Parts: sequence; structure tokens; C-alpha cells
Amino acid sequence: MNKISVIIKREYLSRVKKRSFVVMTILGPLLMAALMIAPAMIVALSDPEYNVAVVDDSKLFFHVFTDTPNYKFTHLETDIESAKQLLRDEKFDAVLHIPDIAFQSPASLRIFTLRTVNFGARSHMESLLKTEFEGLKLTVHGIDPEVLMAVETRISIATIRLDEDGQARTDFPEVSMGLGFVTGFLIYIFIFLFGSQVLRGVLEEKTNRIVEIIVSSVKPFQLMMGKIFGVGLVGLTQFVIWVVLTFGIVTGVQSAFPEVFRFTPEEEVYVTGAQTLDPAALQQQLEAAQAQNTFAGQILEGLAAINFPVIILSFLFFFIGGYLLYAAMFAAIGSAVDNEADTQQFMLPVTIPLIFGIIMMQAVLENPDGPMAFWLSIIPLTSPIIMMVRIPFGVPYGELALSAALLVAGFFFATWVAAKIYRTGILMYGKKIDYAELWKWIRHK
Amino acid sequence: MEYLFKAEQVSKSYTGHKALSNVSLAIPSGSIFGLLGPNGAGKTTFIRIINQIIAPDEGTIYYRNEKMTPDHARHIGYLPEERGLYKKMKVGEQAVYLAQLKGVPEQKAKKLLREWFEKFDLMRWWGKKVEELSKGMAQKVQFIITVLHKPDLLIFDEPFSGFDPINVNLLKQEILKLREEGATIIFSTHNMASVEELCDNIALINKSEKILDGNVREIKKDFSTNIYQLELSQLNRPVEQLFDHRFELISAAPQNGLVNARVKILGNAGSNELLKQVITASTVVSFNELMPSMNDIFIKTVTGKFPQEGDEYKGSAEANSYLSE
Repeated sequence: MNKISVIIKREYLSRVKKRSFVVMTILGPLLMAALMIAPAMIVALSDPEYNVAVVDDSKLFFHVFTDTPNYKFTHLETDIESAKQLLRDEKFDAVLHIPDIAFQSPASLRIFTLRTVNFGARSHMESLLKTEFEGLKLTVHGIDPEVLMAVETRISIATIRLDEDGQARTDFPEVSMGLGFVTGFLIYIFIFLFGSQVLRGVLEEKTNRIVEIIVSSVKPFQLMMGKIFGVGLVGLTQFVIWVVLTFGIVTGVQSAFPEVFRFTPEEEVYVTGAQTLDPAALQQQLEAAQAQNTFAGQILEGLAAINFPVIILSFLFFFIGGYLLYAAMFAAIGSAVDNEADTQQFMLPVTIPLIFGIIMMQAVLENPDGPMAFWLSIIPLTSPIIMMVRIPFGVPYGELALSAALLVAGFFFATWVAAKIYRTGILMYGKKIDYAELWKWIRHK
Repeated sequence: MEYLFKAEQVSKSYTGHKALSNVSLAIPSGSIFGLLGPNGAGKTTFIRIINQIIAPDEGTIYYRNEKMTPDHARHIGYLPEERGLYKKMKVGEQAVYLAQLKGVPEQKAKKLLREWFEKFDLMRWWGKKVEELSKGMAQKVQFIITVLHKPDLLIFDEPFSGFDPINVNLLKQEILKLREEGATIIFSTHNMASVEELCDNIALINKSEKILDGNVREIKKDFSTNIYQLELSQLNRPVEQLFDHRFELISAAPQNGLVNARVKILGNAGSNELLKQVITASTVVSFNELMPSMNDIFIKTVTGKFPQEGDEYKGSAEANSYLSE
């Protein structure tokens, strides 16, 4: 036992001290954080204030253009030609011309620019004018705009899931899908990244010929397990540092530039027109409904509905269990071949279940309780990925326990087979190994 | 005699071929034991069995009269023929790691290693990576790792390959010193000159079977051909007429004014009878028995005949030089 810990220590330290590990550990979160922050930053940075001059010949519409953080409107009393001259002098980014006949003929509206028009600005102006035009037309036709507003209804059906214990919970599948996808994918990446490190490590010892020195001191099984655990710990270390650093960087940047990340309440309030019955009670109800209906509110609601202790515990379990299962197979492959080029033929059956799991993710997300989702989350080869996809939607504890038990059994079986291949393979040189040969090694007592 | 290691009827087969069949041998404590045999004879398999790396299919192995268990591995130091080190790891760190795997505590390993590194003039390489070492230096490090935990049984598989003559000598001195300190040494090699120089006993394995074993001197005696070499001067009659029917003149040639003759003793006459015959008819300048070299014995046992002069075999030049001495 003591010797395994010596081996684990070497496997761990020799990798953690490598420059490539340090670089990846620091660079990883920076890249991840950049991926999370960059879109918001770019949106914020790419919209410097856009200056629009409004020449309103009809004198009816200028009042609708109020400044926003992105767009600034200036009312020009001049005619359009002198406005165009100001545009040429780059006093403005664009000139909006509302001719006299605009109300009768909206097609006569024009925007003049020197460069390509800012689409955001254009659609902003279009929607402002549309609302105003519609309001005017309603007045022309004698309809009270408030009545119309009261008629307009927004439908969004909230899903309530009844738990086993009879409690009702608001469900928000998008959040579960996102969570399932991310955790399943992380496990996939982790298995591939560190499983192949185990393979290379075993192969290195074999081609180095140091293995014969080592197995005269420790059992091949101890060496194999030491390597698998050591590399696994490297992976966990890197993963934990990544999570902590990524969160640190994101929160740091968020608190440094809060305005970039503020939720912009784009959602309009639609309930102003409901003036029936007890106004106070209605108002309360409406506010509650509103809070649920906003996107941010829904996400919060969805997150609150998810059982995080179960997710975190299962993630750690399937993360480690999946890695151990596959690492044993990768170790067996590394021991059976003489060089990296020969690994291909044996890699295929190991990687196919993993890739299959990733491909099936989408189908499982669409029907997380279907028979396919069930079986793929029970069979040990795909369960680390697929079970993680299912868990945010809620999986009966019985199924979870079955899947976990089978994964543990699968790990023991894979290790047992791998150990048989490994102890023969590491001392076998210069022989082309095929599946028939591997089968002989496994059957050999 | 006390034996450190004994193998009884050991057999091992791999898928498809037999690596060892019914090999029994015993290694006396405190001796140097040569394990000889052509490539592919089964030596490495046998060594791996001693090391408990693989288990025999049949037969039993004993260490100090106890059945051997993997626990005995810590009494063994093994220098494999195909030996390597982690290239990217630092020399000192790696030596400490391998010593720890043999059960030496870290601090003790560091102390012992420093002593050995000083002796082999390797101290300035302690913090360097293994890939920066020359082949000879890496071999020295491996030798140190093998002997560091003061094992009772040392197994060297082709220890001298990759060493220059100066370091071969250094290594031989160390090996002899280890024996003086009480270690038992198994020595697997093709280098027959070093077998004669170092080994007390040998076993010869060919095609998975042990075909010869015993004390080196006794084996040589068994293989003696009863041929004597004589240098004579002032012969009073032709050399052909010197010997009676009990002796056979194999060859005679003049050399530097002397006659160089090879004579085989037939029947049960002794060397003294031969000497008596020539002493009356000439002046004897030199007289010695032509002992077969281990190299000759090796080839004779494996191929069935002694090597002829001019045979294309690695050791034959050595054998010839022995004959002309």
C-alpha cells in the first residue's frame, strides 16, 4: 500500500511540476473566462454613442426620440440639405429625415449615412416610429390605445412538476438542459484528456525499459493503479483550479465593470391596462406573474428547482468513476503496444462508446426519461456522460443507485481485465499484438 | 553447502512456446553464479521468475530454504539487460524514487545515494535530467540503484554492456567487493572472459533446458581434452620419434628455434609420464595443459563441437589467444 502512495506521489508531482501543466492551468481559466466575458464586453464596447440628427419636416414625431445610452438624437430645425452637409462634416453619424408626408406614406422615411448604417440604431428608430404611427392611427380611427393594450396578452405556460413527495415545483427545462450538457461534456473531456495521459505514461515506461526495474520492486498492478490514481489526481487538481479561477476572474471582472453585465430590462410591462376588480390584490398577483415571466426570473426559478447537492455529488462520482473505468482500459492499451502509432486499432472500441455518448446527448436532452436515456445512463460505458445529462431533470434515486453500482462494478471488471493485459504486455516487446493475443492474455491464469 | 536460492523443476511456457522446462539449480550463498546461454534460451524468463515478476507454471523456488514469496523481492537487487530510466526526471530524484520502491526510507536513500554518487563521480549530475547523461553514466546510476538497498541477492543481466574498459574494471571491483561483503550474485552474460574471471559456479541454459551446471574449475576439468603443449629445444632425435604408443603427437612446428608440439595423452597415463619421456630427449622450455576456455565449453555444449580456428564467433579470437599463450 505504501508503495502505491510513493508511485502516486511521483506520478502526481512529475506532472504537476511540468511547465505545460502550469501554463494550461493558468491559461485554461483565462480562456474560459474570456469566452464568458468577451461577448458582453464586445457588445458593450462595439456600441459607442451613435449620433443621429433628426430632421422632422412634419413636426409630429421628434418627441418620440429620447436619448439612450447608445443612441443620441439631435433635433435639427434646418432643411435636409444643410443636415446632409453637417453629416458630410462628420458632425453626426446619421441623419433621419421625416418628410411632411411621412404619416400618409411611411415609405418616404430616409436615413442618410456616410458609412453602412448601424442596424441597431435603425431598428430602434423604426420601432419607435412604428409605435407612434400605430398610436396616431388608432386615434384617427377613434380607438383608445389603452383598450388595445389591455387586450394584448402574452402567453407563456409555466410548467409545474409534481415531485414524488407531492410538492409542486416550477420547472424550467432550459436550465436543466444547459446544466446537463455542460456537466456531461466536462466528463467527456476529462476522460479523454487524462485517459490518454495514462496511456502515454504506461507507454513511456514500457519504451523506456524502466518498467522491468520497477516491477522487480512492486507488483505490476500497484504500478498501474498508482499511475491511474496519480493522473486522476492531476486531473482533479487542474479541474478544481480551473473552476475556482474561472469563477474568480468572472466575478472580478463583473464587479469591476458592473454596468456591462447589468440585466437590461428589455421586457416591457404588459399589464397596465387591467383595471378590473380589486386593484391592489390584482396588482400583487400581476407583479408576481411578471417576475416569473422575465427571463432572468425564470432562470432563477429554474435554478432554484434543481437539486444541487445531488448534482454536485453525482458529478463528482461519475466524473471520478468514468475516469477510472476508462483509465484502466487506456492503461491496458498502453501496455499492449510498442509505440503510439500501434494504439489506433485498440483505441477505437474504447473511444466509440464515449463519442456515442456525446452524440446521443441531444436525443437524451429531448426526452430525458425515455427508454434510450434510461439504458444509456445505466450501462457503465456511457453512463458517466448520459447520467449527468439526465440528473438535472431529476432521476429516481433507485436508478441513480443502480447506475452508480454498475459503474463501480464496471470499474472493477475493467481493472481486472486491464491488470491481466498489463502484466503481460509491459514485458512484451517487438510483437505485433492483435485481439486474439489479448484474449489469450486475459484467459491466462 | 548453504544455498541462498534453489529452483526445483521449474517450467514456464508462454502462449505458443516453452521458455523453461524442468530447470533445477542451486546457488551457493556468497558466490558468484554465472547464468549462461544463447539468446532466447530462457535466461531472462528464469531471472524474472527469481524476481517474482512472473510465476512459474510448475516447480518451486526457494529463498534460504523458504518457499519464495513476493515479499522476498526486497532482498533482491536486479539490473535488467534492457534497462532505462525516466528521461525527463532528475537523476537524484529518480534514484530516490526507485530506492523508495525497494523499501528504503527517503532520508536514508538520500544519504546512501550521496555516498555512492561521490564514489562514482556523479554528484554534479544529481540535479540534471537523465536525458543529459551519457549512456555510461546512466548505466552507473542504474548500477547504484540496484545495489543501494544492500540486497542479499544481486542479479546482473549483461552488466558490462555499454561500459568502457575503465568502467568495466570499476564495476568488476565493486561486484567482487559486494561478494566479499556477503552478497550472492547471479550474473547473466555472453562475455565468457568475464565469466572465467568472476564466476565460481555456472549453469548453462539452452533451448529452455539446463544442459550444464557446476563449479567452473570442475567443469573445465571435465572438458579437458588431455592435450598438452610443449616447447622443446636441443632435441636428440626428430620430434615424431619422441613419444611411445601412450601418446599421440597432434602437431609439431618449429618456432623461434624451438619446437612447438601438441601432444594428447591416450589411455590413463598422466602428465608426469609425458614429461618423463621428453625430458630424456630434449630440454623442456615450457609445458602446460591446454585447458578449454569457457567460451569453447559454451560453444561445444550448445553446438556439439569445439570451435575451430577462424570460426566466426565473437569469442574465438579470445580462445585462440589462449592457445598461443
